[in-house]
Amino acid sequence: MRYLPHTDDDISAMLKVVGVGSLEELFSTVPEDCRKKEPLDLPDPLTEWELNQHMASLAATMATMPEYKVFVGAGSYEHFVPSSVLSLLGRSEFVTSYTPYQPEVSQGTLQGIFEYQTLICRLLGMEVANASMYDGASALAEALLMATRISKKKKVAISRLIHPHYREVVKTYLWPKEYEVLELPYLKDGKTDLSALDGMTELAAIAIQSPNFFGCIEDLAALRKKASEREAMSIASFTEALAYGLLKNPGSYGVDIVCGEGQSLGIPQSFGGPSLGIFASKMNYIRSMPGRLVGKTADKDGKRGFVLTLATREQHIRRERATSNICTNQGLCAMGAAIYMASVGKNGLRELAKLNYDKAQYLKRRLEEAAFKIRFVSPTFNEFVVEFPSNFEQTYNRLLDQKIVAGLPLASYYPELTNCYLLGVTETKTKEDMDILVRGIES
Amino acid sequence: MKEKLGTTGLVMNEPLLWERGGNGRCGFSIPRRDVESFPINEDLVGPVPDFPELSEVDVVRHYTRLSQWNYGVDTGMYPLGSCTMKYNPKVNEKYANLPGFAGAHPFLPPSMAQGTLKLMYDLEHFLSEITGMDATTLQPAAGAQGELTGTMLIYAFLRSKGIHRSKFLIPDTAHGTNPASVSLCGFHPVPVKSNEDGILGPEAVAEVMDEDVAGILVTNPNTLGFFEENIREISEIVHGKGGLVYCDGANMNAVMGIVEMGKIGVDVMHLNLHKTFSTPHGGGGPGAGPVCVKKGLEPFLPVPRVVQEEGTYRLSYDYPGSIGRVHSFYGNFGVMIKAYSYILSMGPDNLKKASQLAVLNANYIKESLKAAFNLPYDRPCMHECVFSDKQQNVHKITTLDVAKRLIDCGFHPPTIYFPLVVAGAMMVEPTESESKETLDEFIETCKAIANEAEEDPDLLHEAPKNAKVRRLDEVTAARQPCLMG
Amino acid sequence: MKSVDELNLPEDYRFAEDHEWAKLEGDKVRVGLDDYAQDQLQAIVYVELPQVGDSFKKGEPFGVVESVKVVVDCYMPVGGEIIAVNTALVNSPQLVNESPYDEGWMIDVKPTDVREMDTLYTSESIREAILEKMEEEGQ
Repeated sequence: MRYLPHTDDDISAMLKVVGVGSLEELFSTVPEDCRKKEPLDLPDPLTEWELNQHMASLAATMATMPEYKVFVGAGSYEHFVPSSVLSLLGRSEFVTSYTPYQPEVSQGTLQGIFEYQTLICRLLGMEVANASMYDGASALAEALLMATRISKKKKVAISRLIHPHYREVVKTYLWPKEYEVLELPYLKDGKTDLSALDGMTELAAIAIQSPNFFGCIEDLAALRKKASEREAMSIASFTEALAYGLLKNPGSYGVDIVCGEGQSLGIPQSFGGPSLGIFASKMNYIRSMPGRLVGKTADKDGKRGFVLTLATREQHIRRERATSNICTNQGLCAMGAAIYMASVGKNGLRELAKLNYDKAQYLKRRLEEAAFKIRFVSPTFNEFVVEFPSNFEQTYNRLLDQKIVAGLPLASYYPELTNCYLLGVTETKTKEDMDILVRGIES
Repeated sequence: MKEKLGTTGLVMNEPLLWERGGNGRCGFSIPRRDVESFPINEDLVGPVPDFPELSEVDVVRHYTRLSQWNYGVDTGMYPLGSCTMKYNPKVNEKYANLPGFAGAHPFLPPSMAQGTLKLMYDLEHFLSEITGMDATTLQPAAGAQGELTGTMLIYAFLRSKGIHRSKFLIPDTAHGTNPASVSLCGFHPVPVKSNEDGILGPEAVAEVMDEDVAGILVTNPNTLGFFEENIREISEIVHGKGGLVYCDGANMNAVMGIVEMGKIGVDVMHLNLHKTFSTPHGGGGPGAGPVCVKKGLEPFLPVPRVVQEEGTYRLSYDYPGSIGRVHSFYGNFGVMIKAYSYILSMGPDNLKKASQLAVLNANYIKESLKAAFNLPYDRPCMHECVFSDKQQNVHKITTLDVAKRLIDCGFHPPTIYFPLVVAGAMMVEPTESESKETLDEFIETCKAIANEAEEDPDLLHEAPKNAKVRRLDEVTAARQPCLMG
Repeated sequence: MKSVDELNLPEDYRFAEDHEWAKLEGDKVRVGLDDYAQDQLQAIVYVELPQVGDSFKKGEPFGVVESVKVVVDCYMPVGGEIIAVNTALVNSPQLVNESPYDEGWMIDVKPTDVREMDTLYTSESIREAILEKMEEEGQ
C-alpha cells in the first residue's frame, strides 16, 4: 500500500531493535478481553482508478452548477471563486502543516492569519478578530457564552429572525448550563421587534442577525441603543459576509461582538461544511474572547515575526477555566478567505457586493411585474421572501424536474408563513437564468 | 559524509498585504454585470472596507512566498505527539474538490443529494465498525466539539432519568480540551492521578467515584503513549455507581482493528478525522470530530441523522430525545469525504497494518533514543513515547532548546511540555507514514543534538538559525498585544 | 532559575505556602508575590486584580498572574477587605518580576483578624521549605 513504506526487511530489523518477535507482540499490554477478534468488516480496498470511478458516480448524483440553478442562500451561498485562490490554497505547505505552535517554521500560516484577522476587522469595523471558530452558528453560541461570562448574568435574548439552525445550536450550547434563551418576535416589515425587550431584565446579551434570515437589513443602531438601556451586550450575527462589502458595518454602530459565517469569502459550499466562523469584538473584551489569536512581534535579531499569543485564555493552558474548549479551528478556511479578500480587494469588493444587490433587486422586480408578492417591505441584500399562491408546491416540484430550485420553503421553520419561499441570488446567476425562472413560475 | 537534512535556502521576505499594491489594482475577474444598477437607501451604505489593492500576480507571489516559510508533513517528518501527523493523500483532496461535492448546497432536496447522503451514511457505519460502537454522528466540527457533544449526551442521558450529577473524573494526563469540554456542560472536573506505570489504577478511580460523578473521560491509549490496561475494571467501577465512560479517541491510530472500544466499557467516544483518518491539518483546521455511541445513548444524538429507506437516503429529525444541533448544517462534509476516501483506499487489513506500524515506529524510536534522553516510563509504548530533558538539564539545556535545534536540522519538533505529568516532556509520535530511513535519520539527529548539548550547548541556545525567523519575543506579544495591522 | 541561596526573602516579611508575601503596615496588610514565585513564573505578562471593596477569606483566590505559558491563582495570606490595588500592574506587569516587594505589590488588605499573620512562614522557614521542595524535585 503506497501510504505504508515499510518493507518486510525493514520490519524484521526494527522488531529486533525493539526486542519482540512479531508485530502482534507489540500489543502485549493490551489485555485479551479488549481485543478485536475478527477482522474489521469494511469494504476491500479500491485501487485509485476504481476509487475515481466510485467518487465520480457519487458526485454525479448531485444537483450543482452548471446544470442546475439553485436560487437558495439561507446560510450557504454560491459565489464565484477565482482559480488563483484555489490554487494558492492547495499549496501543501499550507494544507499539511499543523497549528503554528512552533512559530519559527510556521510564519506563512501566522502572517496569513494575522492578515486575515486584520481584513476581518476592516470588513466589520471591529477592533479585534480571532483566527476562526467552526461556523457562524457556534460563533454565535460562543458569543452568547462570552457575554454570560463577562456579565455573570444567565439570560440572553435572540431574534427569531436569526437563522433557525443557528438558534438550535445556541439552545443546545446553552442548555446544560441552564441559561435562559428568550426569542424576540418579528414585525410585519420583516425586521426584529426590539420593543419586545422592554419587559426583559438581567439580560447578558441581545443578538440579532443582519441581513436576517428573511434577507432584510436590521436596525443595528436600535440594537445598540436597546442593549445599552438593558445593560446587556449587543451581538450582531450574519450569514452572508459579502453584505458588508456594501452595507454599513456593525462596528460603526458600536456593537460589542460581531459573529457570523464567512463561507461567502471564497470557501466552497461543500454541502454545509467546512465553513468559517468569524468572531470579532471590542478590544476591552479580549481576555474573555474564545479562539486563537495571532500577534505581531519581533525575533532575537529584531526582525518582524508573528506568533500565537494570549494563549492563557485557551484550553491547553487554562483548562477548565478556559474561554472555550476550542482547539482545532477552521484555519485553512480563514487563509482561503484572506486570499479571496486580497484578490477581490477594495476595488472589486464594492462592485461585487453591489452586483449581488442589483441582481436580487432585478429578480424582485420581475416577480412583482408577474404579480407575485414580495412578503416584506424592508430593504434586503441578496435574499428575499416571496409569497406564492397556495398551489405553488406543484410548480415548485415541476421546476425541480427542470433543474431549477426556486427558493427554500419557509413553512417548516415559520408555520405562519405558508406558501412563502426564501429566494437567493448572487453574481453567479445571469439575467437569462432569472428570466427563465420567472417564466417557469408563471407558466 | 552524508548530507544533513536541514539546510539553508533562499526564501523571500514578503511584507503584509496592505504594505504592497497600488491604486486601482484588482486580482479578481468579476462576473459580468447584465442587470442595471438599482438605487439603495444611502443610510444603509457604508464606506468601502479598506482592503488591499493587488493584482493577481501580487497575490500569487505573496502567498507563494508565505507558503515557503512553512514546514508541512509534505516537507518532512512531523512527530507531534497526540496529533498523528500522518501523510495526507492527494486523492482525498481531488475528491473534495469535485464540483458535485464542492458545489453542493446543504438545503438541496434529498432526491438531489443522494451522493453526499450516501457518503455520510456509509462513513457513519465505517466508523461505528472501526470503533466497535453502535451508532455515529458526523456533526461535530472538531475533536473538542466532539467532546462537548459526547459530554452533552451523557448529561442528556442522566437528565432523561431525572438524575443531576455535578462532577466528572479527568485523569491527570488529560489533554486541556477535556476539562474545558466538561466545564462547558456544567460539570466540575475532578482529577484522578495515574500510577507509577503511567496508567490509571482502579483504586484511584474507586476513591473518587461516587453518586455525584456523571462519568470519567479517559484517553485510550493515553497521552503517555500507554494502553489503559485497567479500563474494563475502571468502567465497571464507574458504571457501578451509575456513571458513564467517555473515551477521547485522539489516539485511535494505535489500535485500529486491534482493540474493540465498544467491548471495553466505553459508552461514548469521539474520533479525530484530521488525525487517525489522514485528513490534513490545514495550519489549524478544519478537522472533524465524529462521536460514536452505544445503543443506550443513540436516542440523544444530534439531528438530523441520515436514514436509508429502500436504497434511498434522506435526513430525519424524528428523534425527540436529541440534544439538538451542534453545527449549522451536517458537519464538515468536505473533511468527511477525505476520511471516507482514505478508508476505501486502505481497506480493513491496511488500517490494522497502519496501527501496527505506527506502534512499531514509536517503539523503535523509544529503544533507540532511551540512552540519549531520559525515558520516564521504560515500558512498551503504543504509537507515541514520552522523553524528558532531565539528562540535558545538567548542561542548562531544556526541552525547548532541543526542539529549536531540531528545526535547524530539518525536523519538526515533537510535542513539548505535554503531558503535564512529565516535567520537560517531549512527546514523539512518528506515525506509520515514516520509513525506517527517515526514522534512522531522526534518531541520528537526536543523538547528535544530545551530544551538542554537552559539548556545544550554544548551538541549541541560539537555535533556530536556519528558519525564516529566530526565536520570537512572546513576552512582548502578550504584554502589548498587536493583533491587527 | 535562582538557587535557594540566591533568593531574596526579606526578614521583615511573612510568607504563605503558595509564595504570596504579607507585610503589616500600621493597620493594613500589603500583599504581593515573593521572589521564588516570580522567578519560577519568569516573565509575567498579565496580572488580574480584584476590585476595591471585595472581601475574601484567608486562602481564597483574589487574583490571577499569567506568564506566556502559565496561569496561577494568588491566594489571600490573611482574610479581609481589599482597600487598594496596584493599578500600575495593568500596564507594567513586569514590576512583579523586577521589584516583587516594592513597586510590584498587588493589594492592600484591611485584615479581619490580624493574628492570621502569625500562621505564616518567616523568611527562614520559607527558605527551608523551598530547599526541601527543590531537593524532592532533584534540582
